[in-house]
Amino acid sequence: MKTRIFVTLKNGVLDPQGKAIHHALEGLGFTGVQDVRAGRLIELEHEDGLGQDQLEDMCKKLLANTVIENFEIES
Amino acid sequence: MRAAVIQFPGSNCDRDMVVAIRKVTGADTSLVWHGESALPDGLDLIAIPGGFSYGDYLRSGAMAARSPIMKAVINAARSGVPVLGVCNGFQILTESGLLPGALMRNAGIRFVCRNVRLKVENGQSIFTSQYDPGEEITIPVAHHDGNYFADEAQLDRLEGEGRVAFRYAEQVNGSARNIAGILNDAGNVLGMMPHPERMIEAAQGGSDGRRLFAGFVEGVIHEVA
Repeated sequence: MKTRIFVTLKNGVLDPQGKAIHHALEGLGFTGVQDVRAGRLIELEHEDGLGQDQLEDMCKKLLANTVIENFEIES
Repeated sequence: MRAAVIQFPGSNCDRDMVVAIRKVTGADTSLVWHGESALPDGLDLIAIPGGFSYGDYLRSGAMAARSPIMKAVINAARSGVPVLGVCNGFQILTESGLLPGALMRNAGIRFVCRNVRLKVENGQSIFTSQYDPGEEITIPVAHHDGNYFADEAQLDRLEGEGRVAFRYAEQVNGSARNIAGILNDAGNVLGMMPHPERMIEAAQGGSDGRRLFAGFVEGVIHEVA
C-alpha cells in the first residue's frame, strides 16, 4: 500500500525557495502567477495495517518540522 | 577538563572544533561517532560541529538529530552539561528540540560564506563571559540554511530572557531579528551559525572566536574552585 504525505510551510512562514521559483517563472515570461510556495512530497510504501496514528507520529517525529511545516496524509 | 565533539557522516568542521578546543582550553577532547549510544564520562563540554550531516537530507540537521548519540546528548544537556552547536550543530540542536525555532533557507537563496560582524547581546553566559555586551566581533559564516525562524511570542521570550547571545550587525541571511545565536532557558546550550572555531588565532585572519572557548574554560575552573 502506498501513502503520500505532503509537507508544506505554514502560513506566515516566508518561503525563499517559492519566491525564487516565482521570480524564475516571471523571467520565463509566465505572467499571472500571484504566489509560489514550495513543499515536499514523501511517498511511503508500506503494509496495509499501518494506522493513521502511526503515520501522524512519523510526521511529527521526523517527516515534518512542526515549528515551520504542516503535513497532510493522503491515503 | 574533558570535551567531546560529535561526528556525523557529513560533518566537516569536527577536526577544526577539536583543534580549537584543545588549543584554547587544553581539554582532553575526543571525537564521538554518531552511532555510539553513550558519551565519555565526566564531560565539561559537548560540541556539535558544522558540516552537512547526512547530506542535509530531509532538512538540515533532521537526520542527525535522530541519531543514536543524540539521545545521550539530550540527556546530558538536560542534566546541565554545556553543549555548543555551531552551524549544522545549531540546526541539529533546533531539530532535536534542545533549542527553540528552526533554521530555514537563507532569504537570498544563496550559500553565504564570508566574515560577518556580530554584536554580542549576552555577555554573561558560560560561553560569552569574556565578551562585553554590545561589543562587535568578526566571525565567519558558511551556510545555506541560517535564516532563523521562530514565532513572535517565542522571539519575544528569547529577547526578554536574555537568550539572544549574538546578533548579526549586518544583513546576512534574513534571520528573524538578525539572530545569529541563542541560548536555551537554562543557559547551558548555545547554538550559533557563525564559526568561532575558525577564528582562534591570527593565522586564521582573526581571533574573535577564541574568547568563547577561553571564557568557557575560565567558567569551568571557577566552578571547580
